[in-house]
Amino acid sequence: MSEVISLNLQVWKQPSADEPGSFEFYSVKDISIHISFLEMLDVVNENLQKEGKEPIAFDSDCREGICGTCGFVIDGVAHGPLAKTTVCQLHMRHFEDGQTLVIEPFRATPFKVVKDLVVDRSSFDTIIQAGGYVTVSTGNAPDANNILIAKDNAEDAFDAAACIGCGACVASCPNASAALFTSAKISHLSHLPQGKIEDDARVKGMVEAMDDEGFGACSNHAECEAVCPKGISISNIALMRRNLIKTIL
Amino acid sequence: MTVTAPEKEFVESLSKLDGRLPSGDLEDKWDKYKSSMKIVNPANKRKFNIIVVGTGLAGGSAAATLAELGYNVKSFCIQDTPRRAHSIAAQGGINAAKNYQNDGDSIHRLFIDTIKGGDYRAREENVHRLAEISTNIIDQCVAQGVPFARDYGGLLTNRSFGGSQVSRTFYARGQTGQQLLLGAYSAMMRQVAKQQIELFPNREMLDVVTVDDRARGIVVRNLKTGELETHSGDAVVLCTGGFGNVYFLSTNGKASNATAAWRCYKKGAFMANPCFAQIHPTCIPTSGEYQSKLTLMSESLRNDGRVWVPKDANDKRPPAEIPESDRDNFLERMYPAYGNLVPRDVGSRAIKKMCDEGKGLDPSGRAVYLDFSSAIERLGKKNISDKYGNLFDMYETITGDSPYKEPMKIYPAIHYIMGGLWVDYDLMSTIPGLFVLGEANFSDHGANRLGASALMQGLADGYFVIPNTLGNYLANTKLDSVSISSEEFKEARNDCKERTEDFLKIKGSSTVLEIHRELGGVMWDLVGMARTKESLEEALDKIPKIKDKFWNDLYISGESDTLNKSLEQAGRLADFLELGELMAMDALNREESCGAHFREEYQTEEGEPLRNDDKYAYVSAWEYNENNIPILHKEDLDYKFVKMTQRNYK
Repeated sequence: MSEVISLNLQVWKQPSADEPGSFEFYSVKDISIHISFLEMLDVVNENLQKEGKEPIAFDSDCREGICGTCGFVIDGVAHGPLAKTTVCQLHMRHFEDGQTLVIEPFRATPFKVVKDLVVDRSSFDTIIQAGGYVTVSTGNAPDANNILIAKDNAEDAFDAAACIGCGACVASCPNASAALFTSAKISHLSHLPQGKIEDDARVKGMVEAMDDEGFGACSNHAECEAVCPKGISISNIALMRRNLIKTIL
Repeated sequence: MTVTAPEKEFVESLSKLDGRLPSGDLEDKWDKYKSSMKIVNPANKRKFNIIVVGTGLAGGSAAATLAELGYNVKSFCIQDTPRRAHSIAAQGGINAAKNYQNDGDSIHRLFIDTIKGGDYRAREENVHRLAEISTNIIDQCVAQGVPFARDYGGLLTNRSFGGSQVSRTFYARGQTGQQLLLGAYSAMMRQVAKQQIELFPNREMLDVVTVDDRARGIVVRNLKTGELETHSGDAVVLCTGGFGNVYFLSTNGKASNATAAWRCYKKGAFMANPCFAQIHPTCIPTSGEYQSKLTLMSESLRNDGRVWVPKDANDKRPPAEIPESDRDNFLERMYPAYGNLVPRDVGSRAIKKMCDEGKGLDPSGRAVYLDFSSAIERLGKKNISDKYGNLFDMYETITGDSPYKEPMKIYPAIHYIMGGLWVDYDLMSTIPGLFVLGEANFSDHGANRLGASALMQGLADGYFVIPNTLGNYLANTKLDSVSISSEEFKEARNDCKERTEDFLKIKGSSTVLEIHRELGGVMWDLVGMARTKESLEEALDKIPKIKDKFWNDLYISGESDTLNKSLEQAGRLADFLELGELMAMDALNREESCGAHFREEYQTEEGEPLRNDDKYAYVSAWEYNENNIPILHKEDLDYKFVKMTQRNYK
């Protein structure tokens, strides 16, 4: 396989939330297959700057797949073609020479476009504020080993807590539901004795906040699980529903 | 616009810097000091407005805890939400002297390990306090719901880290930083809901505002709109992390930078030990010129991974075909007592030494093996996968090679800055009312930080130190009310505006990335893992030239009144260029080797760092001077409880 490839990019450009956007075309040459997708965009942006043009705005920070800052849609798939991988960890060896790629921001009513591929995901913070925590102030805690947690429960809690809040689940859901994101936090805390105490208030508060923020309802498409870079399972959504029903009964 | 090269000279202050350390027995100092502090009455706390900049482990925990106490907190972060601060990328774990493993750990042992790991260049008092607090941190985090690893009986389990012979590191798979940060973030969100914290995401701090010589506010740029905002308060708590990105390539996040700290330096906060930069031994080697960052492979891997190179530099066989007898497990050979778990500075230099001797791996010659084959044979693939699965997956994602099948290739990279703004025992800088927490300060790690201690320090500062010391400051200080319409705020805002516009006016032909890469190259080659008088003087000659290029030939497209990444990066680079010079000057002044600061002229016969305690047992704290000749202040490290010895990990 050749060490470099060329690509045709169709990238969503939008100056701000209030202005219309459109696709722009860029052809890029001699991209090393060893660099990441974001590093490829860095190259594109360097070239654009050299030509006196404005670069493509996209967000990223850690570039090791854990901070959840980066994310956009490549050919209709949030975070691109590789499963369980954020775009910062997606390397160009997974693409073919001459391929055309369509790149767009995460689209959902609550995620306003800030610029180009950058969207506003602050509604996720609002959902967490509605109960995504344990009520414990600093200094109140008992000795850590006084709270026994079965290994399996700790592991299940971790699996849910691994969510990075990137928003790919929302972007890939036909209803723009935030059920996977919301249920991951509910499930994380519900698996632990110190979190379980507040199950009822948490699920009610967070589901209500999710609705208020304008996210749609979940209708079991499971697209969210398919694109989640951390492999968060939709079984968390089932747990969220069970907890919610328990509050009514 | 031209910038003249500053003199490579500095002035030395004759008076000694005082860390305002409490007196008494080391074990009791913190407790006694706490009980002697003045306290702000609960009803009065709501009258105070506290600005917290940064939402990593230090900033997140500080904002949450101060809000819980009743202060009004304004929390600023550069990311789009507090949950993304770079603490999130910490993998391996957090130390605490719980002695749950019954292996002889204690607060005293953690204190000694940290002091020794820092090569006797940290304050005894701060480190002891850190070790004391370490146990409370674990309690707090578990209560928040942090899913630490557990054993079948439901109890917490531990792993080992470098520089220690006990097992005291608590962990949540390879994502400990993420889980701890989300714990602090959720505590913050609880306070946001109670309207005790007001969030300001997408803000970059560009300056601190002083009124009557006290820190009373900040200037920030809204990164989404380009708007400059001013905010006032009764104190400023700076938690803006480290400045490893001065080297261009590091394991830091892309947004990590020195600007907030550097602007405080230019307003009178001293910068301490800026040359103490930690190089982490196990990172994925660089692969090409477009590489944007380096990825760490957790130190915890050295629990089971063995570091080796072929004994014969010309041995080009694939690793699996090289028998044990033809491998040089050089860390085990050179340091039999600690083996693969030597501290980071020792491990990094050993790897560099092998590569300098021509034994580095192809294609760059700048890589060695980190091999799990014997651990997989001994413990089984499942066991190894449970412990390190996500790290192995991450390695394979980046390199395309599976560590289950062939050894990882690793090389050292810039990871953490021990130096930072100088603070006293209260974590207050030389600007009254400006407190500095976490990696942004210099206080606890001396010349080298041990693994799993950054998370410990960030959370200790935020959850347990600042709530006490800030209260003491506020209760003891008469603060007049200030307004953002005052001259001080207007002037600071205007300065920031002019500076931002200046970058756009240059209209040269070099991009920010090109100039940053150039600076990074100079810093890595000349102010990196091994330094000499000559290399540092060369750096001090080269950096001003790069600075000239920046101010005369920079090109940025776009405008200042919108989201403009290049403009953000330009501001950070302008400060990195000045900081890089101070780092070189600090390294040149320190004519000894200690911890991560390795001056080739000062080493033992075995190639270990050779300290000079008679001359350099001090903290170098640099004061900015408008004529650009910094003033060196010294804080003597007067060890009363520990005997300074030559570190020995053999």
